[in-house]
Amino acid sequence: MLNTQPNLEACDDFYEALITAHLGLSTDESHAMNARLVLLLANHIGDSAVLRHAMLLARRGMVESSLRDSSQK
Amino acid sequence: MKPNGMTTYALDGTGAEVQAIEFAYVRSPDQGAAQPVHHPIVVVGAGPVGLSLAIDLAQRGQPVVLLDNDHRLSAGSRAICFAKRTLEIWDRLGVGQRMVDKGVSWNLGKVFFHDEQVYQFDLLPEVGHERPAFINLQQYYAEAYLVERALQLPNIDLRWDNTVNAVETREDGALLTIDTPDGSYRIDAAWAAACDGSRSGMRRMMGLESKGRIFHDRFLIADVKMKADFPAERWFWFDPPFHPNHSVLLHMQPDNVWRIDFQLGWDADPEEEKKPEKIIPRVRALLGHDADFEMEWASVYTFACQRMDRFVHGRVVFAGDSAHGVSPFGARGANSGVQDAENLAWKLDWLLKGYAGPELLASYGPEREYAADENLRNSTRATDFITPKSEISRLFRDAALELAREHPFARRIVNSGRLSVPATLHDSRLNTPDQDAFAGTQVPGAVLLDAPVIRAEKLSWLLRELGPDFTLLVFGAAPAWATDLPHVKTILMGTDLVDAQGLAAQRLDARPGSAYLIRPDQHVCARWRAPTEAAVRAALATASAVPA
Repeated sequence: MLNTQPNLEACDDFYEALITAHLGLSTDESHAMNARLVLLLANHIGDSAVLRHAMLLARRGMVESSLRDSSQK
Repeated sequence: MKPNGMTTYALDGTGAEVQAIEFAYVRSPDQGAAQPVHHPIVVVGAGPVGLSLAIDLAQRGQPVVLLDNDHRLSAGSRAICFAKRTLEIWDRLGVGQRMVDKGVSWNLGKVFFHDEQVYQFDLLPEVGHERPAFINLQQYYAEAYLVERALQLPNIDLRWDNTVNAVETREDGALLTIDTPDGSYRIDAAWAAACDGSRSGMRRMMGLESKGRIFHDRFLIADVKMKADFPAERWFWFDPPFHPNHSVLLHMQPDNVWRIDFQLGWDADPEEEKKPEKIIPRVRALLGHDADFEMEWASVYTFACQRMDRFVHGRVVFAGDSAHGVSPFGARGANSGVQDAENLAWKLDWLLKGYAGPELLASYGPEREYAADENLRNSTRATDFITPKSEISRLFRDAALELAREHPFARRIVNSGRLSVPATLHDSRLNTPDQDAFAGTQVPGAVLLDAPVIRAEKLSWLLRELGPDFTLLVFGAAPAWATDLPHVKTILMGTDLVDAQGLAAQRLDARPGSAYLIRPDQHVCARWRAPTEAAVRAALATASAVPA
């Protein structure tokens, strides 16, 4: 199960580090970096159910019609 | 009667010789009959699937009429990658060694992104299997060897230039109207197998559809003959500088022929792209400007990932590309079609011999529809990775490729086609669910894994030793009842066969007393730690869909 309880060792440090990591990157480069970050973290987590749950929560509140479009076979 | 026996063909010839063969149309006595002549089985389409099906049925003693709308082998090489399972099936049909002798294999694969190699992999084959994971072989060779085998079997009546142009389905058969150079005639088929390819005429004439996802993309295949040595490796480029924004695949075939597959995009003009003056600069950009090669064959193709809702329609059964279509990434077209043929052959044979009822034949549908879904899923995923359909899909694709330079985990995400492996038929109603605990992959529904064995002091292979119908594989002493089960070959591991390297026991997680029941198509259907006669007989009834 995905842990959504506070779990970050140093929350403010993490957030600052995340923003700093993007410094000097164009928006396109930042998107590319985020994509790599997602893949690296996903591999670390490994558990499919946890990852699916995270995707579901991250997507929550987005328009339903776009969900249908993107999941269309 | 065997009209084809009169002529001999150079089916063991060179690529050019084999492709030049024109099979003789021979008028069948059926054509002059006052009433449509009855035949128990008519197979429509003499490609790899129809030929495999006809050979399997003929080896089981069934007379088969095999119709082809042409009088030549496959034009161009088309399917080139034949997987281990296909080779094992072809071993049973007597042509496996032929294919392996001519085919080539590669182990080293390289993946490039932009102008750099991001990683390479070595497909070290697992020891203890007779056949490699796959071979590359031009489709015309595969068909030539299958035709050669078919012509050796007197109960295959192979009719070239016989085009089905009307199908009238009935409760107890199908009436086929067939066009020939001598005009048309009719056959009254008890069963018809439509193995007539992705643009199946049988499907169209019956008003049926294959539905799914059409990919708006075009690909160019160029088969080129290299004059100099070139490494026996598979190279896959994502977005290379010589072909920006698209993918390119290079791999080898026999006779120094290399398959180059260029993604062109949807806007490419297929007629224009097929011209040598368009193709040669593309190939030069890839191979280098001093490369010495000759064009063998070129084609521009599109594809769809689709299937028919059901593969069995009364007395007409669909197999291969007529039933399901996949992208070429992962070699799941011809390979899955040959598995369809093997699944269908024994069921049709058993039905016609009266060993089982129509329920057994009906199980072909769900089993192969399930396998088709697995193949579709795999080939769709590879296609989406190779040709991302959205900006974000491309972003993640590129992220995975960038990470793959350094990180092994990302190399597993990179998908340029997953090797075709047979589906494990987990949900098949022919399976008897496990009562006992076993480790490993050989669950009911799985294809039995091969292993080296010794019979009468000679090296053999487990799959070669299986019976034509069911096989009961017993590790240890045979229970007395095991020797007179109907249509079952009982093999005692340790007595009949020696498990040379202990691999059979290891792969099957077998202990003394364990037993596996294997279907005629070499799928496991039941297993026990200590089988009883009642349990084995019940599993046999289940696996042949006969009420116990």
